[in-house]
Amino acid sequence: MIVLRLALQSLQARWLTALLSILAIAFSVMLLLGVEKVRNGARQSFADTISGTDLIVGARSGGVQLLLYSVFRIGNATNNVTWKSYEDIASHPDVEWIVPLSLGDSHKGYRVLGTNQDYFKYYRFRGDQPLEVTQGEVFDDLFDAVIGSEVARQLGYKVGDKIVIGHGLGSVSFLDHADKPFRVSGILEKTGTPVDRTVHVSLEAIEAIHIDWQQGAPIPGQSVSAEQVRQMELKPQAITAALIGLKSRLAVFRVQRAINEYRQEPLLAILPGASLQELWELVGVAETALAVVSAMVVATAILGMVTMILTTLNERRREMAILRSVGARPATVMGLLTTEAGVLTLAGVVLGTVLLYVSLFFLRPIVDRLYGLNLAISAPTSGEFMTLAAIVLAGLIAGLVPAVLAYRRSLADGMTVRI
Amino acid sequence: MARSNDPEASPFRGQTITHATVQASPEVKADGGGVPVVAMDGVHFTWPGRPRFSLSINRFAVDAGDRLLLLGPSGGGKSTLLSLLAGIVKPQRGSIGILGTDITKLSGPARDRFRAEHFGIIFQMFNLLPYGTVIDNVLLPLSFSNSRRANVEAASSPAKEATRLLTHLGLSPDEVASHRASSLSVGQQQRVAAARALIGGPELIIADEPTSSLDRGHQREFLDLLFGDIANSGATLIMVSHDETLAENFTHVVRLEDFAQMERGAR
Repeated sequence: MIVLRLALQSLQARWLTALLSILAIAFSVMLLLGVEKVRNGARQSFADTISGTDLIVGARSGGVQLLLYSVFRIGNATNNVTWKSYEDIASHPDVEWIVPLSLGDSHKGYRVLGTNQDYFKYYRFRGDQPLEVTQGEVFDDLFDAVIGSEVARQLGYKVGDKIVIGHGLGSVSFLDHADKPFRVSGILEKTGTPVDRTVHVSLEAIEAIHIDWQQGAPIPGQSVSAEQVRQMELKPQAITAALIGLKSRLAVFRVQRAINEYRQEPLLAILPGASLQELWELVGVAETALAVVSAMVVATAILGMVTMILTTLNERRREMAILRSVGARPATVMGLLTTEAGVLTLAGVVLGTVLLYVSLFFLRPIVDRLYGLNLAISAPTSGEFMTLAAIVLAGLIAGLVPAVLAYRRSLADGMTVRI
Repeated sequence: MARSNDPEASPFRGQTITHATVQASPEVKADGGGVPVVAMDGVHFTWPGRPRFSLSINRFAVDAGDRLLLLGPSGGGKSTLLSLLAGIVKPQRGSIGILGTDITKLSGPARDRFRAEHFGIIFQMFNLLPYGTVIDNVLLPLSFSNSRRANVEAASSPAKEATRLLTHLGLSPDEVASHRASSLSVGQQQRVAAARALIGGPELIIADEPTSSLDRGHQREFLDLLFGDIANSGATLIMVSHDETLAENFTHVVRLEDFAQMERGAR
């Protein structure tokens, strides 16, 4: 009892260095667990990007590529899907709904998506959440646009503002559709998905702004005014991709097969979940790198603690000699030092975990607002508990280094301490 | 009665042992049943990692109840001898009998326990765990020795015994007991160290220049108090010093060079 009390008092006497060691470990543990939380949050947000859609159809390319351009608005389609194919698929008996997606234009760096009102009805994210319009309403007029929350926030748009859609995808467009401006009719609620960064217009509007264009440029001398275009029949020639909902999920593979074997045009149908998984495996490398880095930070903190114990070892040789003179075994001396390392690490781990949850509590709304990342405040998983236990164990093992040194010195010092 | 051999003789076994005479004081008690408290024979020791330094002792014995002053120059192997006696280090050859037990035959942990049970040790300085309270420092040996704890508990309680010892050594327990050891003066610390060495009545008190950090007036006072307590408990005292003026207080005085050969260094 006295020995333990003295060991604690010894630690107390060195409280500043001990506290710094504990803090270093605490912060590293916080980082490690925090990265884990962000990882899970990111994975979840990623998987939550699209749900309720059974199949995504596009021109034949790769599954990941189709997912990237149709859902994440990254990259471009290599080819389009003809309107005829779209209608054929729509009439397939197993298809309950189909939403056309037409991409290719942008507004100040944000993608413009041509679609129809069904998009707002059927698109689901984060479980089964539908898109909500916070201000205004879904497009009604030909030149109405519904913008995502980030577009509205970054560009400061309100309902009723006029916007001009640029041709192509650059953040600065050299060619634009200035002759046919759009009106912001609605702003969507934040979703944490690429929808936030999208300008939605009707499929007919996409046709309308390109009606006097050919080969990616306006046809000289043939401009059609916005008023004239309203009188025209605006039937889309082609779309980029389509989201499909089926009457029964059991039909997924049957419909997928039917689309993939569609004879009139090479098409590709993918299951969003499977391709998301595939894509995540690519992204996951960075995620693993992050985890490795934070594990190294933990290792550094433990090294720091061992350094702290080692530097105090010399001044503590007196302590060792006294303990040995009253009959403490070398094992006791070793045990004291190892226990000290264990206690410091344990304190660091506990403090780090507490700090993480406290900061999660305060940062969660901010992270959600800024990055659309939903960080769940949940109890540590068993895997995380294992990690924490492993850290304490590593601290104990690392503590053996100064312990063995102290042991050997206490043998070599004998009764006199040569400081 | 302490005996030592001819310094000229080979340190190894089987050599003739010359008994260098040490003045025996009249008050030496002839108790102990003839078994010396300490009996070192043919001991040879080198520090691990320092093969050039060696200490050889043919014969060194101390009788029960002796107050022996061991004189020798600084760095002369006195502390090594004490480490050997206390079983902190083990000689490469020879036997060290303490209270009839050859501690060279004991394992490391057994020697540690033996030391805890039978030895009280006072260092030159830095005797106390500086962050611990005075009372914890005094009671520390009882955590390692059952027999000393039992001795204390048979008469009173550990706290009471510590208080008694501190009082006896001229400290006021009410004032110092709960203080940190580091807040005490050097002289006070040495007294606390003496109380720690004496608690539970170990048979052997070993002191390594315990007064060298004290001024002469305090040396005198400290030794008087120490001797008083040792006389009460009937323990044997072995104290090393380089200061010959202390000799008058002891029953025996021996010089290390009279019975031990030490080699160090340059060859």
